[in-house]
Amino acid sequence: MDVEAIVDNLPLYLQGTWMTIQLVALSLLVGLGLAVPVAVVAGSRRVWVSALPRAYIYFFRGTPLLVQMFLIYYGLAQFEAVRESFLWPLLKEAYACALLAFVLNTGAYTAEILRGAIAQTPFGEIEAARACGMSRAMIMRRIQLPSAFRRALPAYGNEVIFMLHGSALAGVITIVDLFGAARIVNSRYFVPFESFLTAGAFYLGLTFLIVWGFKLWERRWHAHLRARDATPTVTGR
Amino acid sequence: MKTRTTAWLAAAALMLGAAVVHAKDYKKLRIGVEGAYPPFSEVTPDGKLQGFDIDIAMALCAEIGAECSLVQQDWDGIIPALLARKYDAIIASMSITEERKKKVAFTDKYYNTPAKFARRKGSGIEIDPASMKGKAVGVQRATTHDNFITATYGDAVEVKRYASQDEAYLDAVAGRVDLLLADSVAMSDGFLKTDNGKDWEFVGPDFVDPKFFGEGAGIAVRKDDPELVELFNKAIATIRANGKYKEINDKYFPFDVFGN
Repeated sequence: MDVEAIVDNLPLYLQGTWMTIQLVALSLLVGLGLAVPVAVVAGSRRVWVSALPRAYIYFFRGTPLLVQMFLIYYGLAQFEAVRESFLWPLLKEAYACALLAFVLNTGAYTAEILRGAIAQTPFGEIEAARACGMSRAMIMRRIQLPSAFRRALPAYGNEVIFMLHGSALAGVITIVDLFGAARIVNSRYFVPFESFLTAGAFYLGLTFLIVWGFKLWERRWHAHLRARDATPTVTGR
Repeated sequence: MKTRTTAWLAAAALMLGAAVVHAKDYKKLRIGVEGAYPPFSEVTPDGKLQGFDIDIAMALCAEIGAECSLVQQDWDGIIPALLARKYDAIIASMSITEERKKKVAFTDKYYNTPAKFARRKGSGIEIDPASMKGKAVGVQRATTHDNFITATYGDAVEVKRYASQDEAYLDAVAGRVDLLLADSVAMSDGFLKTDNGKDWEFVGPDFVDPKFFGEGAGIAVRKDDPELVELFNKAIATIRANGKYKEINDKYFPFDVFGN
């Protein structure tokens, strides 16, 4: 075991970890913002409304993330028109390309999770809301979405972990993320086992944080589902 | 009883001897090559490997009298795969450097050409820290060029590392890198003279500092194969002497890439 190569390169790993965290956090944030309206529209019963968002979800869930990233990074750059366009200063950067691919990918998955959760809203709740005279928009906002978020939480926790693991692909297009750092160390010192094991340990740590965070979140949002304490503490006696 | 023991011992010794002979006999060799480094090594549209490295490998094998098969391997894993016995030697324009010598044994060089920068025509970038400040420089990851740019200009420029030289060229055409640093011959024939590289040109001096660029490109083998190093060294000397090297050289280059 070549521990020295790893210890000497810890700063590189930390820098890579920071890059991974940035990429994943930004993608998830923007992706979620994208997923909510897409999920709402994709749930529409009118085909001409739901067709486009459903096609988007289908495409991005149906193709590998690596293919999507290569399409954006290498594919778009092939066209003169793209290289001349105002978007090029952005698409020129590997970082922006990776971010775009990740956002579109996680956006599609999250939208599908949400769409399913919205569709599962008990009809009684909607009926009750209608009886109260709420408009459809208000029902969506006050009844369907809040309970859908709650139902979607465990599945979304999975998606966040998948996104973290998927982000390793950024290392393929010149970005020095956690995996990119491991590849540099591997190729400079020829220690594949040590370098990738270290990256794995870092990913494990990040995954642990995510799982723990979602546990707290679920405790809060699913408080009504938790078993009640058998012997409630009596206070104020 | 005694004769039986002797017979067993003799049989065991024979088998052991056979095993040793078999391990060090080098009648069959697997050669690791890259296949993404024209004109030294590339894959033709119909899937065949060709290039200077490939021809040299075949000539050396013929000289040694070994039956060789080529194994294509990405650059990143080319040394680990040698150590993992996926093949027995690397003939892939690998520079002989101190860092690599810690892991593998090298033969004498079989060619040596300088490294050089290239820029987009009309960009006016010069090879000095002030002019290069903030520019993106594309190199192949884990090459002498990567080590050189990281150690010398690493603070001034943004180093973009690619898994293969071809990917670096792609991004140069796309305009994602401002400068390329690579082997001058590889870049000239593999990029600048092609249609893709028509807007690019060499800039700055030749870089040959052995501290970074080593003593030229050699053949790497595992350290427990010193006999193989000797065999290759003899074969290199022979094809240099008998004109085979020149024949291959002239097929690809109008000058002698062996260097001095």
